[in-house]
This record gives sequence, structure tokens and C-alpha cells, in this order.
Amino acid sequence: MTEVGTARKRKEDGRLITGRTQWTDNLQLPGMLHVAFLRSPMAHARISRVDVSGALGRPGVIAAFSGQDFAAEQGSLPCAWPVTEDIVIPDHPPMAFEEVRYVGEAVACVIATDRYKAADALEAIEIDYEPLEPVLDMEEALTDASPKVHAAGNKSFTWKFAQGDIDAAFADAPVVIDRTYIQQRLIPTAMEPRAVVAQTDGDMFTLHSATQIPHVLRVMLAVVTGIPEHKLRVIAPDVGGGFGSKLQVTAEEVLALLIARRLGKPVKWTESRSEGNLTVHHGRDQIQHIQLAATQDGVIKGLKVDLLADMGAYLMLVTPGIPLLGAFMYNGIYKMDALDFTCTGVFTTKMPTDAYRGAGRPEATYAIERAMDELAVEIGIDPLEARRRNWIRHEEFPYTTIAGLTYDSGNYEAATDKALALFGYDKLRVEQADRRERNDAVQLGIGISTYTEMCGLAPSRVLGSLRYGAGGWEHAQVRLLPTGKAEVITGTSPHGQGHETAWSQIAADALGVPFEDVTVIHGDTMTAPKGMDTYGSRSLVVGGVAVRKASERLVDKARQLAAHMMECSPDDLDFANGAFTVKGTETAKTIQEVAFAGFASHNLPDGAEYDLDASATIDPENFSYPHGTHLCAVEVDTETGFVKIRSYVAVDDVGHVINPLIVEGQVHGGIAQGIAQALYEEAVYDAEGNLLTTTMADYLLPSAADLPDFVTDRTETPATSNPLGVKGVGEAGTIASTPAVVNAIVDALRPRGVRDVQMPCTPERVWRALQ
Amino acid sequence: MIPASFDYIRPVSIDEAAHVLGNAGDEAKVLAGGQSLLPLLRLRLAYPTTLVDVGRLEELRGIRDEGDHLFIGAMTTHDEVMRAGAIREHAPLLALAAATVADPAVRHRGTFGGSLAHGDPAGDLPAVARALDAQFVIRSMEGERSVGAADFFVDYLETALGPGDLLVGVRVPKLGQGWGFHYEKFRRTAQAWAIVAVAAAVRRDNGVIQEARVGLTNMGTTPVRATAVENAVRGAAVDNGGLREAANEADDGTEPPSDLHAKPDYRRHLARVLTFRALTLATPTPPPA
Ligand SMILES: Cc1cc2nc3c(=O)[nH]c(=O)nc-3n(C[C@H](O)[C@H](O)[C@H](O)COP(=O)(O)OP(=O)(O)OC[C@H]3O[C@@H](n4cnc5c(N)ncnc54)[C@H](O)[C@@H]3O)c2cc1C
Repeated sequence: MTEVGTARKRKEDGRLITGRTQWTDNLQLPGMLHVAFLRSPMAHARISRVDVSGALGRPGVIAAFSGQDFAAEQGSLPCAWPVTEDIVIPDHPPMAFEEVRYVGEAVACVIATDRYKAADALEAIEIDYEPLEPVLDMEEALTDASPKVHAAGNKSFTWKFAQGDIDAAFADAPVVIDRTYIQQRLIPTAMEPRAVVAQTDGDMFTLHSATQIPHVLRVMLAVVTGIPEHKLRVIAPDVGGGFGSKLQVTAEEVLALLIARRLGKPVKWTESRSEGNLTVHHGRDQIQHIQLAATQDGVIKGLKVDLLADMGAYLMLVTPGIPLLGAFMYNGIYKMDALDFTCTGVFTTKMPTDAYRGAGRPEATYAIERAMDELAVEIGIDPLEARRRNWIRHEEFPYTTIAGLTYDSGNYEAATDKALALFGYDKLRVEQADRRERNDAVQLGIGISTYTEMCGLAPSRVLGSLRYGAGGWEHAQVRLLPTGKAEVITGTSPHGQGHETAWSQIAADALGVPFEDVTVIHGDTMTAPKGMDTYGSRSLVVGGVAVRKASERLVDKARQLAAHMMECSPDDLDFANGAFTVKGTETAKTIQEVAFAGFASHNLPDGAEYDLDASATIDPENFSYPHGTHLCAVEVDTETGFVKIRSYVAVDDVGHVINPLIVEGQVHGGIAQGIAQALYEEAVYDAEGNLLTTTMADYLLPSAADLPDFVTDRTETPATSNPLGVKGVGEAGTIASTPAVVNAIVDALRPRGVRDVQMPCTPERVWRALQ
Repeated sequence: MIPASFDYIRPVSIDEAAHVLGNAGDEAKVLAGGQSLLPLLRLRLAYPTTLVDVGRLEELRGIRDEGDHLFIGAMTTHDEVMRAGAIREHAPLLALAAATVADPAVRHRGTFGGSLAHGDPAGDLPAVARALDAQFVIRSMEGERSVGAADFFVDYLETALGPGDLLVGVRVPKLGQGWGFHYEKFRRTAQAWAIVAVAAAVRRDNGVIQEARVGLTNMGTTPVRATAVENAVRGAAVDNGGLREAANEADDGTEPPSDLHAKPDYRRHLARVLTFRALTLATPTPPPA
């Protein structure tokens, strides 16, 4: 039996679920002090005076600082993705000292002997603000009359991408679908809030942070703070979720280091949930104008997309790149002759946006999948039929899309057929017709989403051509210990994905050792020094492949030693189930025996070294393209506007599956998060630029009680671009589900003249759409 | 939770609690289950100087049958209210409403008395207490007094409880035979507060509504009694549209709040729809002939 493909329970879950582990906030260091930040209550204002002296006399207070105190050394928070040559990247001081540009921006801090005293003393800090006009609406922000977020204006960049002859595609097109969709602003809500502990020891610095990106963070912090990279160790201990929000270089991380340096004491900061809602980078927030030209038969000719993307007040680590990740996905699984994409990044006086589960691809998928339904209605065919007429057929793979990506494999027909059977599509259509006929108060709607996405970020060359600051490789090292146990050192940085389990499965198979005999080491730049971390559904497709390759290299080394031990040629050895066997004989050495023989080194080949570890760095040759068909049935109470999801079927194709349980978990969580965008979540700012959704009573998340039992299944079309045949699964559910739900709602209400309901489709919005 | 600092006292008797509260001044607060008070402290929206924790006062706990009414101790938890046999028998509307409060964790900590004392019109129990004409038993250093539900809820988060007052419990009259009950709560997620909810008790005789009591949650600064509905429905025949007509009076005289989840006009509409549903579901079905 192989480990790969087995539904192993996750080995890390015991400690994660009980919390008996190293969450950053659990860390206690001798003499540790606590930081509390005072945050701007104004969306936009000039800071005319800061007086922290009042805080200094408060009980337990060790120090208090204003932005001015850090002005000389704090640098600017980095943006690693300058998407165009002429992009405007404003200075982004970790602590504001001249002007504040969003509510929640840090303006001062107190360091005290405990958290409570630090928070109390904030109240004694005096700040005078000269209010400036907030900038809250993207379209207004681009007018000449608008107040300016930055002196350089409110436009950060315009990025264009055109393929094929778009004018020809639209000229005389008998059918043009022209829609505008709004991607509301979302707040990533990881279970573990952000937390930082910074300490100094001589000229060495150690930063513990609840981050997804210890390796990237180390590089970036070295650049921002001037602490030499080799003097800075970054540790991501167990991290409780991120969804992209911890793919960041945050003000608090920089400031904690500066404070620790200044005071020579370890300092901790853990955000409260409300502080997090204000200052964790937000997601989405785009206005999408999509136009689709098609023939009378519903065959797509071309697609134009014009996007406004809210950057918020500053550009953070990959802020401007997020909408661009979607640029290549607007064509989805469909063939067409031309694609024209323009995105303008706009500054507003709100929290900056950045990566959030799916990052660009959910937006693209939403727009095209909504538009496909509109196309079907326009020409009077079933929405599935509209998709069939346009999708890439399975025999056409590998297929180079209009966006220039080569989809290596896929089978949209198979996934769709399976989903339809599980869903009972035809029966539901009959019930829908019946309810319409009866004018039932509860109407039934059916939503379809046939999605694909690009993940496994990414070929370094491609990232370079998109002006991204770093590469897309991943690294692994595998060490065979003297007793035959193995350590896998990975550059991925799990924060809930189960890498310890999945990497163990991959290594166990490759090395022929038991699953239990593998330990996975991660998230510490000292013990796992090389990596690109975890985001963009990249870890398995790149990092998992590196584990496999490093394991194979290790087996090759062991083979040399085994051959020497058994006095034969390495080519005469078979390796299976953890043993090297001389072909055609019973003579064998287990890998554990070889491991110890290497350790003892009594009998190595002449000139050989004891060397039973191996590394691999994988730079993917292509993205990977999971796909699937999601079907959603909703019941809409037309009297109240309440939407109930009645059934949900997801058939995903994520290629070969390493661990079905983990895949299932990712799909479930992903669907829930996509449904949450469709129905519940929205960050709301008022007319003064105050965030209104600072608690979970206002920023609504669904729980299990609000969601149906998901029916999930898979087709398995292996990726051909990596030796494991795997595709990513971390974001697929989120990318697929949002349009499935909204399509279902609109489908339910279309006979009553509803063409769109803005997300989140709250009962009130649905009800108003019906009035 | 990072609240401002406060003193903490845990009295061992109602007498001591009344005494402590009487001497602690305006800024003392009773701490019951903490499910409303702690969020306020966490957000630093409340700065009590002293918390008087009545969590260990067994005298405040439990349900007693006192003949024509039930006495429910203030510290009885939502979970106990929703399960208690006496409540299910004599005041099932309370159990139905308590079962919709938040989630099991909140229901095991949050208390009946705390929920009423907090005076949040979005809470589920206040409207029921209004509908059932509950009597509030209050202790202070001056002694004990009793206040009817109509006078207890004064304004948003404001009740007849003053500084120094301890809510000891609530007397809920038994309604007797022939009544049916329903609590219709409309919310966006299973654990969320009500956008609007309707508590209805209906007595039917011979296909005709004899009497109804209707309380509205979150339709004003206090829980509201929908008297226009109660009047309109009296004498209505069960199956000829009378309930719907009566329900259309539900928002009469209300001043519903506006928030992220609903604007007032939508709340008014909901009140009418939900009242019809609540009346319909509360109306007892006649025994089979
Ligand atoms: C996540 C969450 C969701 C919730 N959802 C709902 C919901 O859907 N519906 C709902 O109805 N409620 C909801 N609640 C509130 C819950 O019902 C609380 O239990 C209730 O509001 C307060 O009860 P408590 O015992 O926790 O009181 P506390 O929080 O301890 O006190 C509340 C207030 O009442 C005062 N007080 C308490 N007891 C007395 C007393 N005996 N005498 C005088 N004053 C007193 C306190 O001083 C304080 O001002 C929710 C709470 C949470 C945390």
C-alpha cells in the first residue's frame, strides 16, 4: 500500500486543535514587554501634534513613541510588485508621522509590562489632527475634483493586456453582454489573530510572527530595517490560518523589531479582533466592467474587461499584482479570439487591500461565470449548454488560451457530467418550473460555475516578466538519520494546510520508510533556511514536488552505499518497500540498515563521504490548472429576501490526490469562504471613512449551521507539468463557489425581472431587488 | 479581552449583593453571565469601577412554580430556560425564544435576568417578557419592589433598574388552557441577533382567535407590544385572511432602528411578514373531531 492517496488523519492536528503548541501569543520570554498601538480615528488628516508624555507616567509603562520617533529608521513598508514602469508607489511609513490615510493606521505606541497597562496608557496620549477630505469612492477618486490621498494623485497605475483582434471580435457581434459587477471589500478572518514577538541578543534579532512567509519576510525586513539578513532569524511557529492576510510585511512586524532594538528587551504584540478587522489587509474591492461578444449561437468571440481595483491607502507587498493575477483567468475555460484587459489601481483612504484566498482569480471567475449565464439567457439556451459550446474539449489539451497560458490537462465534460448526476439537475429544473408556475413565495434557483484557475505560483521567468520581485521556486531537503528515520525540511510554511502530513506521505513512499518515521521541519529561517513560503495554492505543486525529488536523490545516494555493502553495481539493485535487493536474489539491505552503515562509516567506498541527505529546488515549468463544476440550488424566500442554500455539489479535478481527507477539507473550507462572499461578508466604511464592521456581529461569517452538506466528488486528470501529477486545491473552492451561489439567486428571481443582486446578497438586498 | 481595570466583588448572598451595590455608587455593574457586559468592556464602551459578580448566588438560580405564575431566578441560564419542564409546560414561548439565542456556549453562560436587565431591544427575551406581561422583582438596600414589563423597559439599554438595584427574578403568569405559541426570528446567520423577531401567543376557540399577545424584537428602542395586531386579530376567523390583515398592523407605532443589516422600511415589512407567520404558527390546531 502506498502512503500517497491514503486518507491519513493529519499528524499536526492534535496540537493545533488543543492549542498546546507554539502559537506566537503563547510565547513567554523573560523580561518581555507588551506593545499597544494607538490608531488613527480619522480616515484622512494631517498630524499636527503628538504628545506621548502623558502615557509615560502611567503604571507599568516603560516607553511611548510617536511616528516621529521612528521617522529616521523605519523605512517604508515594501511593495514587491511594481506592475508597470510608471506605477506610483507612495512612501508607506510603518508608523504615520505626517499624515494618516486610513482609520486604524498606527500613530503612536506604548510599551508596558503587560497588555492591559499598555492599552490603558494609550488613553493618555494626545494627538491633534487637521482633518482632510476622505477619499472613499474609486470612480470619484479618479476625477479631477477629488481630494488626493497622495500628492501624486489617486491613480497608482493602469495595466493593459491585449490578445487577438478585439475590434474584429466586437464588430457586428450579434450578441454583446455588457455588465458591471462589484466585488465587495472583504476582511480575511483567520482564526489566529496576527501576533509578533521580537527579541534581540547582541546584534542578533529573532522575530516570531504569525506569518505565512517567514522566508520572504526575512529578506524584506532586512531591506526595510537595515538589520543585516544574516543577523535576522524569522520564525513562523504554528500559525492559525491566513488566507493571504499573513502574506504580508506588516507595520507591526517592523515596529516590533525597532522597539526591541531600542529597548533591548523582547516585545510582544497581539492584535485584538477589532484591531484586526481595521488593519489586517483587506481583500477584493473591485468594480468589474465586463463585455462579451458572441455569435447568435452563443459562441464567444471576444472579451473586454475594464477593472477598477481599490488599492486602499498604500501599496503593500503584492497589492497591485492581485487584480493582475485575474487578468489571465477572465477567459476561464472558454475559447475565444480576443481578450482585452485593463486594470486601474486606485488609492482611497481605506485599509490597503492585498492577497485574499484566490487573489484575482475569484474575481475573474465570478465575472465570466456570471456573464456566461447572461449569455445563455440572451440567446435562450440552458446555461450549461452555453458553457459546452465554448469550453475547451478534453481532446484539445494541452491548449493555449487566448490569455497565453497553456492548460496542460483537464476534462470539463467529465467533471460536469459527474456533477449533474450528483445534483439531479433535470429534476430540480422541473421543480423550479413548478414553483414558478404556482407563483410560490419560495422560488428555486440553480447556479452553475465551471471554473478553472491558475495556481502553483509560479515559473520564476513568468513572475519576472510580470515585474514581480521574487521567484517561484521551492526547496526541500531530506535527511536520513542514523536510525533510519527521516527529516524533511521544507521551504513551505503551513498555516493550517497539513503539510506535515502530506509531505510525510510523499517522503514515506519515496524513501520506503513508515509514515510515522518522517518529521517535517518548517517555518524557521534557521532550521529551514531556503524557501518561498505558502500562498497561491503553490505548496504541493512546487514544494511537494521538491520533497519528492529530494527524496529520490537521497535514495540514489543510499543506493550507492547499498551497492558497496552488497558488493554489486548500483544498477543491479531494485528498490522497493524500503529495501535494496540484488536483482534475481534474496540479498537485500533495508534503507534503515544503509542509514546506520552510513552513520558508522566503517565501510564506505574509497573516497566517499557520509552523505545521506539531499536537496532539491523546483522551479515549476508551468502553472497548474485545477478545474471543476460546482452546482448550487438555492431557495429564495421572496417575502423576506432570505436565501437558503438547499444543495451544493462540487466536482473538482485537482489531479492526483496525495491525501483525500486534506483535499476534502480544503474544498469544504474553500466553498464556505466563497459562499461567505456571496451571502454574508462585507467590509463597510461610512461616509467619513470609519470602518463599521469591526466586530463579528457586524462582519458576518457563516458557521456550519448556515451551510448545507456539501456533496463533493472528484475527477482525476493528472497534471502533466509535474511528476506528482498534482494541481493545487487551496483556493479552488473559494474561486468556484461565489458565482455558483449568485447565479442561483439570479436564476431564481429572473422571471421577476432581477438581473443582478450585489454581493453580499443579504436578505435586504434581495428583497429590494424584488421591489 | 483587554478592558480597563476595575474592582471585583463576589457577594455570597442577595443581601450582601444589595448592600455592596447600594454602596458602590453609580459606576458599579452587576456581572451575570458576562455575555453582554464583557463585549462592552472589551470594546471599552463601558468603564465600570466595580463589577459585582452574582454568578455564585444560588438563590438567584432556578425556576419555581408559584401557583398562578412561575418565578424564574435572574441567574437562570438561557440553556436552563429552554430545557426546564415547568417553562415548557406553562410558558413555552420563553423556551422557544431562549433556544434561538446565539449558540450553545452563549446559552450556557448568558442568563435570563442578564438578558432582560441589559435592556437590548434586539435581545430575544425582552419581547417575550412584554408579550407575557412578566413582573420584575427588584432588590436594593431599600427593599424589594416589583415592576411590570410595560414599565421595565425604558429606552435603548435602559430599564427600570437604577444603580444599586439587583434584578432577583421574574414572575411569568401562566396563561392557562387553549393557547399556542411561536417565536419567529429573522436573522442572517444561525448565531446572529434578530433583525426582527415576533413572539406570539394565540388562544383559539372554534375556528376563531379569542385573544393574542404579540411582542416585537428589535422594532424600536425597547421591546414593543404590537397592540394594534392584538386588537385586530381578536375575533378573527382563522382561515379567511384575518390573520394577514391583522399582521399588516405589526409595524404600527414602531420606530425601527437602522443598521448594517436592515433599514427601517425593510424592518417594517419584515415585522408584517413575520407577524403573520408567527400568528399562523402559534394558532393551535383544533383537536381532531
Ligand atoms: C456572540 C453572542 C451572541 C448573542 N446573541 C444573542 C441573541 O441572538 N439573542 C439574545 O437575546 N441575546 C444574545 N446574546 C446576549 C446574551 O443573551 C446574553 O446572555 C444577555 O444579553 C446578557 O446576559 P448575561 O447573563 O450574560 O449578562 P451580563 O453580560 O453579565 O450583563 C448584562 C447587563 O445586565 C446587567 N445585569 C445582569 N444581571 C443583572 C441582575 N441580576 N440585576 C441587575 N443587573 C443585571 C449587567 O450589569 C449588565 O449591564 C449574545 C451574546 C453573545 C456574546
